[in-house]
Order: sequence, then structure tokens, then C-alpha cells
Amino acid sequence: MSQHTVIPFGPQHPVLPEPLHLDLVVDDERVIEAVPQIGFIHRGLERMTQTHDYNQFIYIAERICGICAFGHSLGYAETIESLLGVEIPPRAEYLRVILHELSRMHSHILWLGLAADAFGHEALFMHCWRLRERILDVFEATTGGRVILSAVIVGGMVRDQDAAMLQMIKDTIVGIKDEYGQLVNTFVNDSSIRSRLDGIGYISKEDAMRYGMVGPFARASNVNNDVRCLGKGGYGKLSTFDPIMDTSGDCFGRAKVRALEVLQSADIIEEMIDTIPGGEVAIPVKHAPEPGAQACNTLEQPRGECYYYALSNGTKYLERMRMRTPTSVNLAGMAMALKGCDLADVNMIVLTIDPCISCTER
Amino acid sequence: MGSFKLGKMTLSSLFKQPETILYPTVAKKAPAGLKGHIENDIGVCILCGICEKTCPAGALRVDKKENYWAIDRFRCVQCAACTRACPKACLAMRPSYMKPSASMSEDVFFKPAPSEDELAAKEARKAAKLEAAMKAKAARQEMQEG
Repeated sequence: MSQHTVIPFGPQHPVLPEPLHLDLVVDDERVIEAVPQIGFIHRGLERMTQTHDYNQFIYIAERICGICAFGHSLGYAETIESLLGVEIPPRAEYLRVILHELSRMHSHILWLGLAADAFGHEALFMHCWRLRERILDVFEATTGGRVILSAVIVGGMVRDQDAAMLQMIKDTIVGIKDEYGQLVNTFVNDSSIRSRLDGIGYISKEDAMRYGMVGPFARASNVNNDVRCLGKGGYGKLSTFDPIMDTSGDCFGRAKVRALEVLQSADIIEEMIDTIPGGEVAIPVKHAPEPGAQACNTLEQPRGECYYYALSNGTKYLERMRMRTPTSVNLAGMAMALKGCDLADVNMIVLTIDPCISCTER
Repeated sequence: MGSFKLGKMTLSSLFKQPETILYPTVAKKAPAGLKGHIENDIGVCILCGICEKTCPAGALRVDKKENYWAIDRFRCVQCAACTRACPKACLAMRPSYMKPSASMSEDVFFKPAPSEDELAAKEARKAAKLEAAMKAKAARQEMQEG
């Protein structure tokens, strides 16, 4: 009878950008079970809605996570606008989609670099992060910040972007497409990368649905739960939108979905810039919501569907704010994907859910 | 399939300018809209305290009695909410970063005492406003009586 060993993995581990602890029950080199544990960076941000008014909290919301910072400020602002019954100007909706898709591009390219680093392709890692810098430069020029943008306010956007700035965004996107295409070709067709990713951490479509997985993690298992399909806000103005799907369900499928989503985001941005209407970008919002009013909202973050809930007490301070982030849902799928894998593949599988523990713990 | 798919890009990198710069010998050019640091035109500031109430990080301190406006730059999160809330538009984000500091302290700006000319101009504005109000009141009374 073989003896099982428990190997602690994390919270400090070279492959993990954020602290996640796994108890890996292994039999020889094979993982029998993985028990995830979080709770290392809880900051109590949701509680701060009671000490900061709804306009001030937007700057706290975007500090929930450094990579999806814009997404959180957008998701929170949409929730509060729904709570107050405010309709924002159409130009602001377009600008929000442009910046949100740029965020998705920078998040996915960052992830592709991390994945390349995890499977030992140092040159690919450097090239991915080099291209990501171009998008951060766009953020810096358009909003004044590189990571924390503070570009959204309740009622619209902080800054309007003139035609020259929108053209600069478009030129940057077109400029990186050729080089990015070579990176995608490497990820999808290089035999050394395929041998590291193919068939690793397989999850079937049925399991993905049973565990309620979201984002590229689910779309790689052919489960379409892309919230952008609902056509909320500026996404409703797109001529067509088909989410990137894959049927392989393994680490390669997840890398491929993310790699292709960057190109899809570039197309969305180009279309939004071509069709953006004129007008105001913000309306003044000062009134307090009705007592007992509730609002909820979903947003497709780079890692998947994020759900927001707000409850009012009739003042500018919310009674309750709640977020359900994509990683908290995907951890269950990750624990399942780890069952039966080799110990050497654990880091790749953990990375392919694109874990964001800061979001999960808040 | 095949390997060395990144060969073309890697080889061409040998003949390109480096993407990095030799910081701090070479400084990166800041874009015009960069949210670098907050500056207050203290001569225009009326010390109303709206910026202090708006600041989500509690970085600002305004005291009208002591006649100063202070900012703790370590607490400031560069959100620019104060610049939008300022009724006199004396707060602005400047596109350059502050120099590193060896100690944590507040930057305190005292509002200069008004000169005699400024006081006289203020009194004149006040008197003109009062006179206009009196005239308007008299006109209203005339209309009511008429």
C-alpha cells in the first residue's frame, strides 16, 4: 500500500504572483488531492463603503486588484448608477468599453508572459511584457495613470478623449498587432510549448458547468458564459460579438483562448473608436439613493464574470457592498483540475486559471 | 508545428534600439495629462475645505483660522477628485513626480496676508456689490408700489 505525502505549495512560491496556499496530497509524483487555502491578504475593503461615500469608494474599488483595476471601478460605477437610476451619456459608454478592452489586453498579455516564464521560455516572457508596456503607455497618455487609472466616476468618465488621442490609441493597437501575431504563433504552434501544455489539467464541458467556472477557464472547455454577450452598455453597440471558445479543455486551450481574446479586444477597440458618438462624457450625480434600494451588476473582467451587489440605507454611504470575483468561483475548478496531475504540472495548472487572490479576498 | 517560432523576432531585436532607458541618467518624457502631483495656487485658494471633505484618502488638511492648506503626499492617491471639486480651480495636477523624500512630513502652504492694495480692492468690490443690491431692492420696491 502506497503512503500519501502532503506537500505545502505557497503562499510564497515563484510561480504565484499572489499568495495562495495549496496542500498537495501526493502519491509518489502524482497529485491525489489539492486543498486550496486563502486568507492571507484580506483587507476589509467592502466594509469601507460604510466610512466612505459612494463617490469616494470608487477609488477604493479600483484598488481591489492592480491588474483589473479599471474593471472594478467600472463594475462598481455601473452598480451605483443602477442604484441611483442614472443613465450615462453614450460617449462615456464607448470610452468605458475602449479602456476596459485595453485593460483586458494588458491583463492577458501579462498573463501570457507569466505563463511563458512558468514553462521556462524566458524570451517569450520578455517580449510579452515589452508589448504590454505599449498599452500602459496608452493608459498614461489618456488617463494620467499607468495601473490605477481613476478614469471612471459615478455618472460617466473623468476625461474626454479628443480625436488625436483616439487615433493614437488606434495606431498603437495596429502597431503591436504584427509583433503580437508572432507571439500568438509561438504560443499556438511551437512544439516545445505544446509539449508543456497539451493535455495538462483537462476539464470537460460537463465538469466546467457543474463547478460553475467562468471566464477563459470555462471558455477553453467550450462553456460560453461571456457576460459581454448580454450587450450591456457600449457592448450593445457592437456590430457583432462572438466569444472565443475552445474545446480542448486543457492548459493549451486556456492559453489559446486568452491569446486570441487580445486580438478580439483590439478589433472591439477599433470598432468603438470608428463609431464613437460626440457629446458629454459625464453628468453630475449628487443625490442619495432611496432607502432600501438594491442593485446588482455583472461585468466580464479579464478573468471572467464578476458580480456586484449594493444595498442603500438612504444616505450617500452604502449599507452593504458585495462582490463575487471570478477567481473565487474558479478555485473549485482548479482544485478539480489538479487531481491526478503530475507534481511538476501543478504550477502550470494553477497559473492557467489566472488566479487573482487580491480580488478574491478584497 | 515546429520549434524556434520566436527566432525571427529575437534575431531582429539584435538590430533594434533598446526598449529600456538608462534611468535616472535618462528621464522618461512625461505625457501632458500625467497625474504627477497636486499643486495649489495658494494666492487664489479661499481655504473653503471642500477638497478636504472630498479626498478619499484623508491626505488634505485645511485650517481657515490658522490660514494654511496642507497635503500629506504619502497619503495622496493621485485620484484628482480635489481638483474637480475645487470651486476656485486653484488645485491642479502637474505632470511631474515629486522628488524622493527622506522623511514623512506634510507640505504646508500658508496663505499670504493680503496687501493694502488687495484689501482696498476687496473693500471696493464689497461696496459695489452692496450698492448694486440696494439699487435692485429699491427697484423691486418701486415695482411693487407702482
